[in-house]
Amino acid sequence: MSGEVAQAPAVPRAEIGRRPTRPRRRFPWQPYALVAPAAIFMLVFFVWPAIQALLITFQTSSGQFTLGNLQAMIRDTDFRFSLTNTLLLLALIIPTETAIALLMAVLAQTRLRGTNVFLYFWTLPLAVSDLAAGLVWLSIFTSHGYLNSVLQDLHLIRHPIGFLDYNSLGTLVGAVVIAEVWRSISIVMVVVMSGIQSIPMELQEAAAVMGATGWQRFTRVTLPLLKPSIQVALILRTTAAFQVFAMVLALAGAAYPVLAVKTEQWVYDYQNYQLAGSYAALILLLSSLGTLTYLILLRTPRQVFQR
Amino acid sequence: MSLQSASRRRTSPERMLAYGATVLLTMFMITPLYLITIAAFSQRASVFDYPRALFPTQLSLDSVSFFLTTHGILPALERSLLVGLITVALSLLLGCPAGYAIARYPFKGRDLAQLLLLSVRMFPALVLAIPLAVTFIEWRLFDTLWGVAFLHTAMALPFTVLLSASVFVRVPGELEEAAMILGVGRLGAVLRVVLPLSVPGLAAAALFSFVLSWNEVFGALILTRQSATLPAQVVQSLSVSPLPFRFAGGFALTAPAFIFIYFMRPYLFSAFRGVVGH
Repeated sequence: MSGEVAQAPAVPRAEIGRRPTRPRRRFPWQPYALVAPAAIFMLVFFVWPAIQALLITFQTSSGQFTLGNLQAMIRDTDFRFSLTNTLLLLALIIPTETAIALLMAVLAQTRLRGTNVFLYFWTLPLAVSDLAAGLVWLSIFTSHGYLNSVLQDLHLIRHPIGFLDYNSLGTLVGAVVIAEVWRSISIVMVVVMSGIQSIPMELQEAAAVMGATGWQRFTRVTLPLLKPSIQVALILRTTAAFQVFAMVLALAGAAYPVLAVKTEQWVYDYQNYQLAGSYAALILLLSSLGTLTYLILLRTPRQVFQR
Repeated sequence: MSLQSASRRRTSPERMLAYGATVLLTMFMITPLYLITIAAFSQRASVFDYPRALFPTQLSLDSVSFFLTTHGILPALERSLLVGLITVALSLLLGCPAGYAIARYPFKGRDLAQLLLLSVRMFPALVLAIPLAVTFIEWRLFDTLWGVAFLHTAMALPFTVLLSASVFVRVPGELEEAAMILGVGRLGAVLRVVLPLSVPGLAAAALFSFVLSWNEVFGALILTRQSATLPAQVVQSLSVSPLPFRFAGGFALTAPAFIFIYFMRPYLFSAFRGVVGH
């Protein structure tokens, strides 16, 4: 077998028959052929639309270059409101979620009895859409919903509180934050957990032997090694947070517009693809800024322990 | 392992605290699901009760049947199923060969391909819906199931490729080679050896794609008018639908999650590890 391959080094006796020889002179077309269908599909239905998304922003409906769409977007009545709303939601949701998800990951790691059952319930929201989650929390926060019912039963209030009233922005934001944390914490937890699982136990044990408390072990050993996972989780969550849509609609309707809602309105209600595209391009820009920030802030030099 | 025994020897207040926190967090996760269920199954008469009963004694199918018989809901349900199945089929058909290539061939551009796939995950898919809507109008795919399925497949393909790659990598190459030595050729080896061994992992990938498609709202809404999937249909009537409708809809959209996660949970962590690139 070894005689066929001109350039291969002499194959030791033990190796003969161990690896199939690939004739090195022929160009290996197989992998490229196998990857081609997926690559072509992604080019057509992902790369091309992504480029077009930017083009739409800078074109009129007849194809001429214009900055008019961006100007129209900035002058849109709800523009500033929806922008600050989106950013506020992000600022409230991401830190809360990350902290709780870290706690959940650490708790799951301690292997208490019944961890499997707990994990099932902790990962359930992964399969729940943001529309469903919005409706679920609607039943809680609506004025005759379960939260008010409990408060009334406990005689803590006399009349139902309008948590979702359009002029009660504070509680509205709170409701959306809680609902969105509930829905998406599983994603962060799963990413962080798979990171924790690849931290070798020996490091934790060594730290314990040297007298580190649980908290010290967490902050000095676990957290730094979790930086890559946290980075990925933050990028995923921030990108997703800019796209929050149906949840806000279900809970707040038009009272609390966010960027994604504006995008949908301009397409669905007014068929103005240029303006909708501008909002979408803004979402893309902000997501990319976020991703870039995380990539820079949380970058780790290659370490020995990372596989 | 010594850390486990150390923790057992550790003061039990710490464990009690951990247990308490775990139970509290579990209550936080489960209670909303319980509440939407009783909200959806409350009697028509008690739907506007206040305060609502936390442990209702009488349940009924009124709201749920009202929801299901509302014009457009059952067809939308059907469409969600169809789109999901098409998405699964397409993403597996396109993704598995690519995954196999990544797993078995160290070809030039493999690392680039993996990097690109990972970065696709970090791209807001919402942004694609607008230009796709415009393109689909030209291509006569607007307001069709195939159009929505194509968008969902584009969203699911990176997962499928990387997931199937990590599944195939775990099938020992020697088994394939043994089959090839026995004369079945590479394709035969794949069909007879690799695929049967990869069924659990590929089933998880299929389920993942289905859930992604089933839950997707924004794209489905933008790309359809008459042939809406279930989430899109519910959103269309959101502002005018009565509360019982919304509660029943919330339950209908949430209930499958219990089944999905039951089958997906064993694969979740390895799936994310494979996709994240640890």
